[in-house]
Amino acid sequence: MNSPDSLRSPVKNARGLGSARSGVHHFIVQRATAVALLVLAIYLVVLLVSLIGADYAQARATVGHPCNAVMLVAFLLAMFWHGKLGLQVVIEDYVHTPGRALACQLVVVFACALAALASVLAVIRIALGA
Amino acid sequence: MPPVARPLSPHLQVYRWQIQMVTSILHRASGIVLSVGAFVLAGMLLALASGQEAWDCARGLLAAWPGILVMVGFTWALCYHWLNGIRHLVQDAGWGFSIPAFVRSSWVSVIGSVVLTAIICAVAICCGGVA
Repeated sequence: MNSPDSLRSPVKNARGLGSARSGVHHFIVQRATAVALLVLAIYLVVLLVSLIGADYAQARATVGHPCNAVMLVAFLLAMFWHGKLGLQVVIEDYVHTPGRALACQLVVVFACALAALASVLAVIRIALGA
Repeated sequence: MPPVARPLSPHLQVYRWQIQMVTSILHRASGIVLSVGAFVLAGMLLALASGQEAWDCARGLLAAWPGILVMVGFTWALCYHWLNGIRHLVQDAGWGFSIPAFVRSSWVSVIGSVVLTAIICAVAICCGGVA
């Protein structure tokens, strides 16, 4: 903290210690992914409904179509990113013990990153016919 | 528990329920539900990539009645979070902050999500779902 007789400016204390100039990053990325998901979620619902009744080969062909694969990967990345940001805030709000909060945040980050990697790889495998 | 016992602000039990707080709570709840749904979707894609056997197993789980109920739940959560998300983006832009507008848009989110879910389920059934 700045003592009253300190000659240092508050910026000196803020730099590198807090959220100075990066505080709105979470807010902006959450909104940006939200706008992307507004469109991509409609696409996903239409895709999933079109897959009703499809057998294995048809489902693979649909998911593997270049247009669908690209849109699906975009949806998955935006979704897991948006989900990570949302769960982060939930933990910040409800988990008050620092150690437990850190553990929860790490679990969320790792789980979302892993699921995003796995699902994107699955789509790419299907799209490339592996 | 917090390490230091600080005085707490009044919480849910002392407030009269009103639609604005319902929409706020539902937005967070549906967001958490959708995070679970994200992992289900990832699992389905992995099953589809793994082969016919894994796909049949995963598909069988979702095509059974409990699975269908869960899918309807995810559909509602998505519809609600989507609609109320638009409402939040509009509010972020500075619109709709008068109390009547706030209440009206809250009801649009809640009722609209049920209507949207019904439409999607109807289309799904017409496409040969629940079989």
